[in-house]
Amino acid sequence: MSIPIIPVELIRIIVALGAVGAFVGLNGLVLVYVERKVAGHCQRRPGPFEVGPHGLLTPLADALKLVGKQLFMPTGADPWLFWLAPIVSFLPVLLLFLPIPFSPVLTGMEVHLGILFILAFSGINVLALCLAGWGSNNKWALLGAGRAVAQSVAYEIPLLLSLLAVIFMVGSLNLSEIVRSQGSWPWQWHICTQPLAFLIYFTCAVAEVNRNPFDLPEAESELTAGFHTEYSGMAFGLFFLAEYMNMIIVCSIATVVFLGGWQGPFFSGALWFFAKMYALLFIIIWFRWTYPRVRFNQLLNINWKWLLPLGLANLLVTAFLMKIF
Amino acid sequence: MTRQAAAEQVAGDFYTRHFVEPGPREDTLILNMGPQHPSTHGVLRIVLELDGEYILRAEPVIGYLHRMHEKMAEVKTCLQYMPNMGRVDYLHPLAWNWAFVGAVERLGEIEVPERAEYIRVITVELNRITSHLVWWGAYILDLGAFTPIMYAFDDREYLLDLLQIPTGSRLTYSFFRPGGVSTDLTEDFLKGVLEFIPYFRSRLPMYKDLVTDNIILRKRIEEVGVIPLEVCRRYGATGPVLRGSGQPYDVRRAEPYSVYDRFDFEIPTDEKLDAMGRYRVRVAEMEQSMRIIEQAIEGLPEGPHIVKGAPKPKWKAPKGEAYFAVEGARGKIGVHLVSSGKANPYRLKLRSPTFSNMSLFAEIARGTLLPDAVAILGSLDLVIPEIDR
Repeated sequence: MSIPIIPVELIRIIVALGAVGAFVGLNGLVLVYVERKVAGHCQRRPGPFEVGPHGLLTPLADALKLVGKQLFMPTGADPWLFWLAPIVSFLPVLLLFLPIPFSPVLTGMEVHLGILFILAFSGINVLALCLAGWGSNNKWALLGAGRAVAQSVAYEIPLLLSLLAVIFMVGSLNLSEIVRSQGSWPWQWHICTQPLAFLIYFTCAVAEVNRNPFDLPEAESELTAGFHTEYSGMAFGLFFLAEYMNMIIVCSIATVVFLGGWQGPFFSGALWFFAKMYALLFIIIWFRWTYPRVRFNQLLNINWKWLLPLGLANLLVTAFLMKIF
Repeated sequence: MTRQAAAEQVAGDFYTRHFVEPGPREDTLILNMGPQHPSTHGVLRIVLELDGEYILRAEPVIGYLHRMHEKMAEVKTCLQYMPNMGRVDYLHPLAWNWAFVGAVERLGEIEVPERAEYIRVITVELNRITSHLVWWGAYILDLGAFTPIMYAFDDREYLLDLLQIPTGSRLTYSFFRPGGVSTDLTEDFLKGVLEFIPYFRSRLPMYKDLVTDNIILRKRIEEVGVIPLEVCRRYGATGPVLRGSGQPYDVRRAEPYSVYDRFDFEIPTDEKLDAMGRYRVRVAEMEQSMRIIEQAIEGLPEGPHIVKGAPKPKWKAPKGEAYFAVEGARGKIGVHLVSSGKANPYRLKLRSPTFSNMSLFAEIARGTLLPDAVAILGSLDLVIPEIDR
């Protein structure tokens, strides 16, 4: 009698995927609450207050409402593309969390090409927005999808360039390696050696996850709701969740690459990671409730005329200095 | 040519692409903006012909909120018609109140006590500030910032609470009467106004820092929607739209009515002609309104708030016609009243400033981007019920 051998790595991945699923669900609820509370306090009102103490259960009520709503498809829409889009938007998110090192122990999977893995899979989101816009048979959605594609494709380039500068210095694409190359004190983090790269990265990250002031694909006052105009119920909910998860992903990468990951003064661990990640998320939410939206040609001008040349120059200077020292 | 064919040719149809002058291209997108759209602020519908996001043609379609205000005047007596005037423009209803009672007074040769004139000035200018505050918040909302409207409504709330004291309502006032106003001002009201003015003056710099000087906002609306003076003249645009184009025309100065000639205030204009110019004009107007209110409260005379023997509901206007124009928050409001000597007016014509201001949108929006069109539309400060009447 022989026991079939199950590779340890497989078990680890399955457990990690389960954990990531729970993490996604929980953080989705937390972020909805945080966003609504921050919005409230920015606007001199208390925010949600009715369901549960201090409105803590409001996200649950929101989720229940979304689940309970009718899934509606407009006439003339392409059913395959229409229903595929939210799923395509959401599924890669689960994979994206696998290589992120929340702490030395809390790492779903050690991927040697971790950054490449994340960037490759996060690119799928653009496809989902494109499908949603095209499949909806709605002109607003189509315009939103066109904007989404142009914006995401453009902003991925400087985002890559800013990350490359750090990768040059570390010499590894492994996220855990990048964390280990930094120390526990803030001046030992890559944000101090690469401040310009951090600024470029953060700007691109806000644009990449379609948040204000770069929320053009869903610009409410121009395109009613952009690419998700026709989605209702949980189909909309999946887009919504994917957007929040992408926010967490870009902030996690910023934490890992620029802010020293799980390392911090006095002690190190997942607590520092989450503190940094949520601080960045708070800044992104704060942006949204403060700034007006840029125009589309301005958005692309910022990218092609400023971020891309700056990113390239930063990369060249980094390579040059690496060669000398 | 048959009659129907001729009608088709004149009307033109966006759907069958049957235009009087053929469109420049065949590969364009026809887009319905409205009647339900977040930034048309009501039921204005604009049919856009787009090339990508560039607007080749924009055509406002109105009439979704037509309530027959002019016809209703013909089946009611002058006083019964008063509540209608609060509902034409829900953001600056007191100016419409004034335009109507002004026409009635001119027709019936009714004397208005001096105190009533001062009360009218104070309340109308307060109402002008609330109207501009709503515009300000909603315009920034159009440009994508969610928060300023909450601050604007916070200040407006203060004023609505104040205006509630004499008028009894918060939005659709019918406070004026031919021959005066319905109630006198109380001490509470005057105290509240005098407290509000320094408070609001301290808020304006914050708005300037937070919103007006914001680089994103400035890039969005500077040099966008340039309206040359000649275009304003062609369409009969008035109010901040005209003053934003550099013409210092204000009915309060050009055809002084009531006691406005006693106050010292400026007519803000802007030479840039763009959306930012109109923005600056409106913000400056709020400051000027506060100056007028201060002077009016200082010089508020004693006396009755309504003339003795003021018209009663069944009052019959004498035969003849009268026209009265006032400066509303959106421009020149004109009321033309024709009476045949019966209890009901024979005909009432309402000249709404927004209708003229909106008409120039089609010409200005041509060739701009969709977000710019939203910025231009917002800068015209449209109130849809006033367009359709």
